[in-house]
Amino acid sequence: MATKSSASAKHVPAFERHGLSDEQLVSMLRTMLMQRTLESRGFQLNRQGKIPFASASEGHEAVQAGAAMAFHRGSDILVPYYRDLGLDLGIGLSADEVLLSLFARAGDLSGGRQFPHHYASRELGLHSISSVIAAQLPHAAGAAYAIKLRKQTGRAVLVTFGDGATSEGEWHESLNFAAIHALPIVFLCENNEWAISTPLSKQMAQPDVHKRAAGYGMPGVAVDGMNPVACYKAVADAMERARSGGGPTLVEAKCYRFLSHTTDDDDRTYRSREEVDERRKNDPVPAFERLLIENGVLTADAVAELKREILTETNEATDRAEAMPYPLPRDLYSKVYADTYEPWR
Amino acid sequence: MAKTDTTVKTLARYGLTDEQLREMFRNMLMQRQLDNRGFQLNRQGKVPFALGSEGHEALQAGAAMAFTRGKDILAPYYRDLGLALGIGLTPFEIMLSIFARAQDHNGGRQFPNHYSSKKAGLMSFSSILAAHIPHAVGAAYALKLRRQADRAVLVTCGDGTTSEGEWHEAMNFAAIHGLPLVMLVENNEWAISTPLDKQMGQPEIWKRAEGYGMPGKRFNGFDPIETYGVVKEAMDRARGGGGPSIIEGMCYRFLAHSTDDNDMTYRTKDEVVEHRKHDPVPRFEALLLEQGVLTASAVDAMKKDVLRETNEATDQAEALPYPQASDLYTNLFEGAWQPWQ
Amino acid sequence: MAVMNNVEAVRATLYDALKNDDRTLILGEDVGARGNVFLITKDFVNEFGPERVIDTPIAEASIVGIAVGMAMEGLRPIAEIQFADFIYPAFNQIVGEAAKTRYRSNGEYTCPLVIRTPYGGGVRGALSHSVSIEALFYHVPGLKIVAPAFPADVKGLLNASIDDPDPVLFLEHKKTYRLIKGEVPDGHYTIPLGKANVLKEGSALTVVSYGLYVHWALEAAQKLQEEGLSVEVIDLRSIRPMDKATILESVRKTRKLLIVHEDNKFGGIGAEISAMVAEEALFDLDAPIRRLCAPDVPAMGYALPLEEEYMSSPAEMADAMREMVRF
Repeated sequence: MATKSSASAKHVPAFERHGLSDEQLVSMLRTMLMQRTLESRGFQLNRQGKIPFASASEGHEAVQAGAAMAFHRGSDILVPYYRDLGLDLGIGLSADEVLLSLFARAGDLSGGRQFPHHYASRELGLHSISSVIAAQLPHAAGAAYAIKLRKQTGRAVLVTFGDGATSEGEWHESLNFAAIHALPIVFLCENNEWAISTPLSKQMAQPDVHKRAAGYGMPGVAVDGMNPVACYKAVADAMERARSGGGPTLVEAKCYRFLSHTTDDDDRTYRSREEVDERRKNDPVPAFERLLIENGVLTADAVAELKREILTETNEATDRAEAMPYPLPRDLYSKVYADTYEPWR
Repeated sequence: MAKTDTTVKTLARYGLTDEQLREMFRNMLMQRQLDNRGFQLNRQGKVPFALGSEGHEALQAGAAMAFTRGKDILAPYYRDLGLALGIGLTPFEIMLSIFARAQDHNGGRQFPNHYSSKKAGLMSFSSILAAHIPHAVGAAYALKLRRQADRAVLVTCGDGTTSEGEWHEAMNFAAIHGLPLVMLVENNEWAISTPLDKQMGQPEIWKRAEGYGMPGKRFNGFDPIETYGVVKEAMDRARGGGGPSIIEGMCYRFLAHSTDDNDMTYRTKDEVVEHRKHDPVPRFEALLLEQGVLTASAVDAMKKDVLRETNEATDQAEALPYPQASDLYTNLFEGAWQPWQ
Repeated sequence: MAVMNNVEAVRATLYDALKNDDRTLILGEDVGARGNVFLITKDFVNEFGPERVIDTPIAEASIVGIAVGMAMEGLRPIAEIQFADFIYPAFNQIVGEAAKTRYRSNGEYTCPLVIRTPYGGGVRGALSHSVSIEALFYHVPGLKIVAPAFPADVKGLLNASIDDPDPVLFLEHKKTYRLIKGEVPDGHYTIPLGKANVLKEGSALTVVSYGLYVHWALEAAQKLQEEGLSVEVIDLRSIRPMDKATILESVRKTRKLLIVHEDNKFGGIGAEISAMVAEEALFDLDAPIRRLCAPDVPAMGYALPLEEEYMSSPAEMADAMREMVRF
């Protein structure tokens, strides 16, 4: 891949890169482009009748690429939610694994059991989640407690959720517990202003999730979720505090959900096109692309090449996954317990 | 930990009359007397269980005075003897609950101090922490929906309950809808054996209010007059359409959690003795004497009267019958009911 | 008389309730502008306003808990849990609070509350959008549980549930939502809770079911009729209370009992029916009672073969019926 050295970007107005190298910046852009391409693929396959369901994270690319860059592979733990394709990719998930999930093939990480984008990989430090809102928060607090108990300084848990999840009792219980025990954990709220059809104003009476942090006795930080470098910085600082024994942080990244909740939802029933079009003007993907070109991190040609490469990778992963078999009917019965199980003995 | 000034020169009364001050004091005496009676009866083997609210007297007497009888709704928890008395329950009703007699509001079904009285506006609640907070929010929603602008819901809980998910969900909903509700937290620093610093990462519950978008305030729950002032302000705001608040009264649990608990397994005698120095009941007595609201002889007479009433209520309740075995089967659903039809 | 599907029947009934009784209101996730994820409450918020069609935060414990408080203060809340799979956080409020309110206060306070929720599989809902929850709740005295299969029953039973003075868990099988159509009588009517419906009379076997599987059992029984085998099909409609008389009368006539349900077998609804029939009518039986239920795994998977393996089918039901008739 063609990258320029940062030295050659001297003549361009400097942007705050918070210590990120050219290579890291390009990697973040790649994650964002890959996220968008794979997501579009999911929607296409659904419209073609090839898969029953897909969900979308368009608008979350910047926060997820930034947060993933702050994650230490092989050491940290990610407890995501179902709208975290970019984060999952950013910590090492492959396009093949994504397509296997979309097609619910036997080779999928959950063996075709779970909805798309509900990945679990012990190798990546990626926790298994359900579709149930906020149910993963206590798990994340428990994982962080295990790290602390074992005195594994240098490790931390990154747990993510949308704005809607903050209303759940389990969210409250998890933040409270993490604060009491000063756990190595970062609570990252991807506030996209919509919980299916419920706007933020019906989710909470004041619009700043991070302001709840003080009530638990932890720092609360707000960050522009459309700016991947700012998101990297906010999450990296919080993760570093967590890894070094400084306790939990609540980070709120303000982003926006550009698409409907899922392929089963039609957002025109509850929000205006004007609102969505207005927010599209802040689309983080072309903005970051421009920023890197203007600053000489990448040439326009290199970006075009990157996009071609991602499309090829997506196409190949699609073909490979589609050609793979479904799980077998007998796979329904495995892994209920450690041993084979019959209800009567 | 609650700290009070040792002397009060000019009494800030928030409009409370001498009569109201005396009524609050009598409530506090009655609360302590009935609490002790429950523990005595337990030691005598006459009742299996009792709960104490010693240390909460000032907070509860003050809050009850801010409650408008016949209008407001109280959603209390199980350590609210003084609040129940203060909104109109009688010592006799308390003793029926302690003795689990048939005539008890709950027909002897619930633990002591789990009252419910539609007449008094006191909502039924279980022993499950925080389970009643959404109910209070639902009741407040009903008031708002019906445009009953002069009514509000007073919901109480201890510090431990604020850790429950339902507490959070309920506060959030109340704030979104600007409901006529006052969340009164009786922070006594102990949840059975769990101290406040194991209950939350920072010790000030009222600070959570901002995160929900509502006012929050902390006050000295050993001072019944200050309590009244803060609760009254919050209830008036709720009644006037100004929405909910979280108010936190600092008090202390002088006794063990219940007759089944031994607090010396988890806290020191010294800590309890230190807090006892601020005991709100003798302090309020001294204040009222100093301010000339009561004379020493009037205090004596009041104490005698409270003891007499407690004794009579005890005897009356004890003499009454238990519910019958057949009462186990009533009031499951409306009408008679069997699982198979 | 209008022809409706089950979504339309729920919608029409809720609409009438909101229109005719100002104590009623709906609260749940996405019930307002979105009109519920299945469009059941579409446009309700425009007609009845956001005060009576409440878009709640994502907080199921409080959706039910707040409804309990509303009910205690004289409203008739109809709470919605978006998918039955999301009901677990509200378990305490349903089992510990709603079902006990009348009892613990000895009748001083009551809890007339309806909790509606779509349940069931066959829709590629994977682990968190396809569970059956009835067995988790039917152990609980103080709670009533309804699971209608036909649009006319949806209306009559939902009306009865809203009118009921006690808490009712109203289960709507989501695969039947648009699949099942039928005539629905005009005007307000109720069907009493706890009354089963004999859908098809027969002489050689009694099949008891509810929800989606009622339709499949009926289809299978009709196929057997063409083969000259006479099977009686009972739609329970209510799970608690349950219609003992109708089941016993049928079993004493046919002398054989097959129970069919989508929920898994161990500790399921079929277990209680089997025990009851064994207690009351063992010597009237000519064959062992049989239960055709889902396998004992936690959920159906997302991939098609996993879902198909979990779900039964009219053909599988027909096979079981043939074996029972010929026993």
